Amino acid sequence: MSEKVGVYICHCGTNIAGVVDVEEVAKWAGENLEDVAVSREYKFMCSSLGQELIEDDIKNEGLTRVVVAACSPHLHEKTFRRACSNAGLNPYLCQMASIREQVSWVVEDNEAATEKAKAMIAGAVNRVKLHEELEPNLVPVNPNTLVVGGGIAGIQASLELADAGYPVYLVEREPSIGGHMAQFDKTFPTLDCAACILTPKMSDVGAHPNINMLTYCEVEEVSGYVGSFNVRIKKKAKYVDEEKCTGCGICIEKCPKKVLDNVFEVGMGYRKSIDRPFPQAVPNIPVIDTESCTYFQRGKCKACEIFCPTGAIDFEQQDSYLDLDVGNIILTTGYDLFDCKAMPQYGYGRLANVFTSLEFERMCNASGPTEGKIVLRDGVTEPKSVVIIHCVGSRDENHNPYCSAICCMSALKFGHLVMEKTDAEVTSCYIDIRTTQKGYEEFYNRLLEEGMNFIRGKVAEVTDAARLPGEEDKLIVQVEDTLLGIQRRIPVDMVILMAALEPRADAKDVGLQFGISCSMEGWFTERHPKLDPVATMTDGIFIAGAAQGPKDIPATISQGAAAAARVQGMISVGEVSIEPVVATIHEENCSGCRICNTLCPFNAIEYLEDKEVSYINAALCKGCGTCVAACPAQAITGAHYSNEQIFAEIEGLLYDVISGNGAKAPRVEREPVPA
Amino acid sequence: MAEERFEPKIVAFLCNWCSYRAADLAGTARIKYQPNVRMIRVMCSGRVDPTFVLKALSLGADGVMIAGCHPGECHYLEQNYKAMRRFSMLRHSLRALGIEDERVRLQWASAAEGVQLAKAINEMVDQVRALGPLNWPSNWSEDVDAAIERIAEEHTEAMEVPA
Repeated sequence: MSEKVGVYICHCGTNIAGVVDVEEVAKWAGENLEDVAVSREYKFMCSSLGQELIEDDIKNEGLTRVVVAACSPHLHEKTFRRACSNAGLNPYLCQMASIREQVSWVVEDNEAATEKAKAMIAGAVNRVKLHEELEPNLVPVNPNTLVVGGGIAGIQASLELADAGYPVYLVEREPSIGGHMAQFDKTFPTLDCAACILTPKMSDVGAHPNINMLTYCEVEEVSGYVGSFNVRIKKKAKYVDEEKCTGCGICIEKCPKKVLDNVFEVGMGYRKSIDRPFPQAVPNIPVIDTESCTYFQRGKCKACEIFCPTGAIDFEQQDSYLDLDVGNIILTTGYDLFDCKAMPQYGYGRLANVFTSLEFERMCNASGPTEGKIVLRDGVTEPKSVVIIHCVGSRDENHNPYCSAICCMSALKFGHLVMEKTDAEVTSCYIDIRTTQKGYEEFYNRLLEEGMNFIRGKVAEVTDAARLPGEEDKLIVQVEDTLLGIQRRIPVDMVILMAALEPRADAKDVGLQFGISCSMEGWFTERHPKLDPVATMTDGIFIAGAAQGPKDIPATISQGAAAAARVQGMISVGEVSIEPVVATIHEENCSGCRICNTLCPFNAIEYLEDKEVSYINAALCKGCGTCVAACPAQAITGAHYSNEQIFAEIEGLLYDVISGNGAKAPRVEREPVPA
Repeated sequence: MAEERFEPKIVAFLCNWCSYRAADLAGTARIKYQPNVRMIRVMCSGRVDPTFVLKALSLGADGVMIAGCHPGECHYLEQNYKAMRRFSMLRHSLRALGIEDERVRLQWASAAEGVQLAKAINEMVDQVRALGPLNWPSNWSEDVDAAIERIAEEHTEAMEVPA
């Protein structure tokens, strides 16, 4: 049975009709294109009257296919699919020809535009006749959510979901949640202490009945798809029984082994071999570091076990695995700090009194290694002068081209803290001061009033090679003051490097594990940079916080909450519709060569050992069609973009060429050529 | 009257996410380009089976453009690299058939690159116009059946092992 195609040509006011002769095209389509039953033009097809026109024709004329020649399908494909659906026609039996964006707006000559419009419509008509009815797949959404990363973004997302009544698994690879924010002293621009605003949230997480906190754990494997992911979690051995430990801290007190803390204290302070990262850790359960523990290294000691009042120490504990079923995943894995040693001209690691921003945070923190005293590396001398260098590793073609977003405000905060706690003179060497959020510019003005010095220029070098009087035993900061146009040498006691925020070193691996993409630098890529900032291209996987790009605490919290809201939306609908434009393997044609298996970046294709064929999981398939094009046996069909449909479209697009050269002739089905 | 200028017919495969949107943007920004290119939307440049290109050429197209997201920006993570691999093999085969390189073009165009896409289209149209018509279909033998039989014979002859 032949199809009955309706062709609708939109004037779009004069946008199309001013260039393309729409009456002529409509007439031509009705007379010349095979199987076209109705061909109309109308002022605005997307208006409700225009849509009714289509709906009426489907009902009254019995149309089986619809072609709308109008704007780009990105604008109104949904509109016309809905119109078809309203009239009882499967929405996938509708095809659009973009005769505005691809014809009337870009072609100067009216005659040529009309010709091109005809070709585009011929292509659409040819193709639509081969369309198949498609139905979206509905799959249920598991109400459990996995949050990966227990920094402030993950904490916020978990609390939002848990407060809404949904179960959350919060996975954190360190022994405590809190993330970078727990290391900070004050937060800009209000200067409230980070711990004072963070620790209550951390205890809320710890005490929340809907949150299952999995600290010292890592995600090992992810499979499944939106609505039903299966995740394998590796619980690293803490050597402390979480059920028995009360967090009294006696073990820490009695542990004889003290080592440098390179993680939480960034090498500024010490911890015991059994310890928690910081006193307010959540959970308040210590972990044994087997690398330094005397018992694990030499087989003797066990002081912690001897003194533990509840018998919670378990030297025999092994890594264990936990399998979780979740419906959605939120990745809040945060950032790494730029390694300042990569810029040797600033002397970090070589000159004792050059500090990184995170080291300085720890120094300012009242519970940090110096108990909040700002002192030089010797631990006693108060600096008399400090230079803060901005953009270390950011806005630098040799390292990271982007702006790290938080350093200007952090530098201002440091300036304030130095002046508050010492009598030192503070100078900031900046490229541009960027204070773009609420209350930030005011904070900058406040620092100007407080007497912080600002020099506009990128520091060339920090050295201890004194040349001029007054430079002995000082760090000399060599910088061009670009506003005065002079070179300056500033002798100071302390230099603080505002290190760039970088993607986690393993961000690309994590992206691969969860099937989401990263930018060139390694930040997780959002579905849309403006309109969809917390979703990713993989349904059911969301991102929030600095894992998506450098951002400050308020922005991070907003994203955490936004991701949680998106997940709640999914859960409250209860099921999710999966786009039916996917690839399918026809088993009878599949030779089991497995060429397609490695092509799929979403791991949607698996090889069925028993049947010796490959199989595509429709819920994971994104419909790119790469496997379809690659299958040497043509055993894979791409729904809505099948070879036949595309061939038909090519034939339509070249209708005028074909009528001139009769090229269609050799297309007749033939017996295979005898070998 | 001036001699009529040859207007090549070019088929373009645009990926849904970057290049089709680049074409949308060229339209929205009213960037004019030559009308010789007729576009087909595919979800990804990785979907472009080399036979699509051959099909278009065999039907009488004078050139084919494949446009996709820039390397590293593919909506499907890395499928444009696969398009790139296929393209170089296809070009190798087409070269062996005597088809000029300029007739088949792989073009990266991000959703923000309406101007670049329009420029690439103009450039390609000019190049193909300079080359003249491909005329693939008119090179088909009048008697297709006989031609196919002859191919088979030639093939058998070529495969014969000398005594």
